Amino acid sequence: MKRAEHEIRSNVGKLLKQKKIDVFIGYEKGTLPLRTSPCFVSSEKEARKLIWNSFCTNNLAVYLPHIMSRVKNKRSTRVGIICKGCDSRSLVELIKEKQLTRDQIYIIGISCSGMVDYKRILSQVNSDEVIGVDETADEITVRSKEGERVFSKEENLCEPCRTCKHAVPTVYDMLIRTAQQPRQATTSDSTVHDFLMKPREERWQILEQELGQCIRCYACRNACPNCYCKECFAEQTKPRWFGVTTDLTDIIFYHTIRIFHQAGRCVDCGACVRACPMNINLRLFTRMLVDEVKERFGYEPGVAPEELQPLATYSAKDKQDFMIEPE
Amino acid sequence: MEQSDDKTIGQSDNKTNPFEPRILAFLCNWCSYAGADLAGVSRFQYPTTFRVIRVPCSGRINPLYIIKALQSGFDGVLVSGCHPGDCHYISGNYFARRRFALLKKFLEYLGIEPERVQFSWVSAAEGARFAKVVKQVTDDIRKCGPMNYFKKNRNFVERVL
Repeated sequence: MKRAEHEIRSNVGKLLKQKKIDVFIGYEKGTLPLRTSPCFVSSEKEARKLIWNSFCTNNLAVYLPHIMSRVKNKRSTRVGIICKGCDSRSLVELIKEKQLTRDQIYIIGISCSGMVDYKRILSQVNSDEVIGVDETADEITVRSKEGERVFSKEENLCEPCRTCKHAVPTVYDMLIRTAQQPRQATTSDSTVHDFLMKPREERWQILEQELGQCIRCYACRNACPNCYCKECFAEQTKPRWFGVTTDLTDIIFYHTIRIFHQAGRCVDCGACVRACPMNINLRLFTRMLVDEVKERFGYEPGVAPEELQPLATYSAKDKQDFMIEPE
Repeated sequence: MEQSDDKTIGQSDNKTNPFEPRILAFLCNWCSYAGADLAGVSRFQYPTTFRVIRVPCSGRINPLYIIKALQSGFDGVLVSGCHPGDCHYISGNYFARRRFALLKKFLEYLGIEPERVQFSWVSAAEGARFAKVVKQVTDDIRKCGPMNYFKKNRNFVERVL
């Protein structure tokens, strides 16, 4: 970890000094223990504040479409960014959707060993009393007034990291390896399968329970790199698609459509789930489309930069078993 | 008009089953809308459960419309377009087919009966087929009963249509 951190700082410093990039997006120490916050670095001196640990969860690709739409000189601006496996897959999708071009970004890839879910750890310690955190290859040590507690990383991984198959970035200009092996999941995800085992009425009930907690802060949308629309359907007024209310059907409407908009684009980074202040298990629904797209169209978002997105293309031979055929 | 043999399939028998679903149909201008027209001109009997919105192409359908229809109080939605290969815009229905495949699975996964949202191909020459589609979809949705768990304004459809 420390070695990776050092490598990031020196490389970013070098890149900025040589004017190869104008700004670098990375992580700095958060204001709370077990947290990091995204930061923008534009000088060699500032590069010293960059960090790398198991809590660098945010998907930084989310900033790029916004930055690129605001810079004046698009051709000469170059943004550096640090990418885990999932972030790089988001970038690939953004490039496919022409939100940025490959030569506008300089990617420092980092082979990821899985991110740790800080909420899971905080729920096991008294969060007010955490003084500091130390990290080794497999363990997190949380120091508090009561003493030290050691947590295994493997047991406290973020949900999508458990079954992540692409922990090494799919695109990068420079790859930094950490002391740990990049994560190679052996088990496949059973979220969708387990949910489908339940009867229909129960599935709808769970949906209502989960989404019933939603306060419509739209944090899931803002954290998602795919949600870069200048005007989101949720805020359109001509026509207004659904009410700005706390009515459950309006909330379900918003989430179903937002999630469906990610069909064939969602890289399962888990940013929406982590951003949710109400801890709604959005992944239960987003994951379904990831699996379905893979099964039906054999497409995994962000893995092959040349491949067209499944909904941006078609084949005359696509299955149409779902269509009605009257006798 | 004389009663046809089809009466029992399509029309509601008010004594045993008073529920008459309201179904929103998105029909493509070039094939299915003309097919529906032909069904009418040919005087095929079919249930009167459909309210039609004519769209330029099945590829014009945004999944948002379908969910909006369900929230507004329709008991079901049918989307119908040209057969594959016959699209007026060459490939609109191919793109639509991919989108609908995912949408149908997704709604079923969330817990909405798969019968409520249906898709079909009906050409301009297939008036009889259109009548059959209407019957089949109506029967399917009638079995599901009223869509009451996702209706926002329960009176919207009754008021407007």
